[in-house]
Amino acid sequence: MNFKKILPQLLTLVVVILVFGFFSYNAQVNMENRGITFGYGFLTQESSFDVQFSLIEYDGSHSYFRAYLVGLLNTILVSVIGIIFATIIGVVVGIARLSSNYLIERTAAIYVEFFRNIPLLLQIFFWYFAALRALPLPEKAEPMFGVFFLTIKGFFIPAFIWNNLDIFIYSVIAAIIAIFFVRAYSKKKQENQGTQTPVLLISIGLLIILPLLSFLLGGVDASIEIPVIEQLSKTSFTYKGGLKLPPELISLALALSLYTATFIAECVRAGVQGVSKGQKEAAASIGLTPNQVLKLVVMPQALRIIIPPTTNQYLNLTKNSSLAAAIAYPDLVLVFAGTALMQTGRAIEIVSITMLTYLTLSITISIFMNWYNKKIAIKEK
Amino acid sequence: MFKLVKRLTSIVAMFAVLFTFTTETMAAKKSKTLKNTQKKGFVRCGVSQGLPGFSNADAAGNWTGVDVDVCRAVAAAVLGDASKVKFTPLSAKERFTALTSNEIDILSRNTTWTLSRDADIGLTFVGVNFYDGQGFMVRKNSGISSVNDFKAGVSACTNLGTTTELNMRDFFNSKGIKYEPVTFEKADEVVAAYDAGRCDTYTTDKSGLAAQRIKLSNPDDHMVLPETISKEPLGPVVRQGDSVWEDIVRWSLNTMIEAEEYGVTSANADMMKTSDNPAVKRLVGAEGELGAALGLDNEWSLRIIKQVGNYGESYKRNIADTGILPDRGPNELWTKGGILYVPPAR
Repeated sequence: MNFKKILPQLLTLVVVILVFGFFSYNAQVNMENRGITFGYGFLTQESSFDVQFSLIEYDGSHSYFRAYLVGLLNTILVSVIGIIFATIIGVVVGIARLSSNYLIERTAAIYVEFFRNIPLLLQIFFWYFAALRALPLPEKAEPMFGVFFLTIKGFFIPAFIWNNLDIFIYSVIAAIIAIFFVRAYSKKKQENQGTQTPVLLISIGLLIILPLLSFLLGGVDASIEIPVIEQLSKTSFTYKGGLKLPPELISLALALSLYTATFIAECVRAGVQGVSKGQKEAAASIGLTPNQVLKLVVMPQALRIIIPPTTNQYLNLTKNSSLAAAIAYPDLVLVFAGTALMQTGRAIEIVSITMLTYLTLSITISIFMNWYNKKIAIKEK
Repeated sequence: MFKLVKRLTSIVAMFAVLFTFTTETMAAKKSKTLKNTQKKGFVRCGVSQGLPGFSNADAAGNWTGVDVDVCRAVAAAVLGDASKVKFTPLSAKERFTALTSNEIDILSRNTTWTLSRDADIGLTFVGVNFYDGQGFMVRKNSGISSVNDFKAGVSACTNLGTTTELNMRDFFNSKGIKYEPVTFEKADEVVAAYDAGRCDTYTTDKSGLAAQRIKLSNPDDHMVLPETISKEPLGPVVRQGDSVWEDIVRWSLNTMIEAEEYGVTSANADMMKTSDNPAVKRLVGAEGELGAALGLDNEWSLRIIKQVGNYGESYKRNIADTGILPDRGPNELWTKGGILYVPPAR
């Protein structure tokens, strides 16, 4: 009987709708009792608060929606930086843990055990306040290469201002397209003739030569803006010009990547160890070099084990970036679910938008990683 | 089949019961808050996470401060015992949500009274227990002696989610100075960051600056600039929609201020019952039926004065004697050159 099969599911649906309805009804009645109105109209109002660090142009005369974008972009920025560094450190440490060198193996193991067993919030505070205590005041900063200044007020670096950036971007896109063709060609060639083409070398060459050509043809119209020290009062200084990375961003990215790298290192170790010894021995016995064994036999199989748990770590890192509020890095939680929420008092609206945003971010990462996972999975023919 | 239908009906019935039950209890009754407070036996009060002079807990967990005393006064009036208060420390960000979502019944947390807060988000301000204004703290050796000495590029540390953030923007914009706002969720981190040299100036309410200065590693190296850039009337807040409770909190605060005006203190309150002045007699419950109007007994105000003291005693105990702000400034009675002026209790 089909009806019997559907009924439990229908029941569940009804219950879910009822529970949802109950809560929203409850919230509605409570809000009405207290004279709170509900609506997203506030998003277009003037925000009238400033943010210290923003990737897009923003000040208090812009709307709350713009403030939301500022927070979102800052969250994405710190997550991307964190993911890149966590992956690099994680892979290096993971492989180091498999090293036959005792010292290297132990150092890596101690690093992993130390950093993954301390709560992240504490690490963020540690890096932030340790950095603040250790870094010099702007006037005492020693320049690195004459133009980089690492100070308590931020990392001041020269800004590269490119006036004909578009030509460069087009040439890079052209190079990437060319690389795709080279790869397809080399694959076909290998299938037909069994000979290999040095794809990597050709790709790197293309990436260098094409943009270089664009300079020769279009000319370079760029300038470099070097940070210059400026006096604010008798004893306080800052730098003007160039780019400024606030210490909040640096310490947050550092804490996030050092923490997450430990988990990624373990994923990498698990992945490599998960490939059976027989595979390596078999590969070696047919005459592959150790490099080829790693590249052609071990890694493709290890990646299948590494990718799914690493996806989890990327998601964790993105969500953990919301701890930024503790150290004044203007991420989504601080700017939107913090200041904007306080100034408007629209708790339900803002929290719902913030939740939905994190959900979307996480699902996007998840979809991408699942796609990559599928791509490298064993294709049964 | 029948079993399933039966189960379905019982679930629906259960929800229907839940619905009617909650809507019935949610219907506004006359001071549900008062009734709940008396039933629980304590006043639920939201305070700061530690601001000396206003609301600060010692090592043993005893709360003191002028904001704390407002809640104690309400407890004395409603429950007869000023110690029956449950304090909930809240960050600036959490405070209003905690109040509107029924976690606390009074928010007494150095909160600025503004139009949008009063009208827009389901809150009601009942009065002012401290007149404050926003100021700036700087290092003494910086050579900055006035807000006019700030230059473009100045970085300012402050708390997240406060009127301070908005005032700061208004101020720097009016001067045409580009500045860098560094906002932290907790006051302790603001102090630590300013102390380390991350910021050139620390801005918040002047009373807050005076209180937080004590926490710096070398308090004497810092000073508060003379200018005040905003009006910050701080006062207790209640939820909108319970006017009886609102009146109780308002008049508990007013009682403390009026008691000072008439010279009634915790020491002499009992003797004042036989005073010749009818206003004083009303204040200590020896005349009139003022308690009944609030749904309380007639000794409510006497208990406030006896157990908590008048406003002057509270100020002296918490703010003057601790060295935070020895000078009462605008927080002096109107009869003595300040602006403390409350409607008469009659």
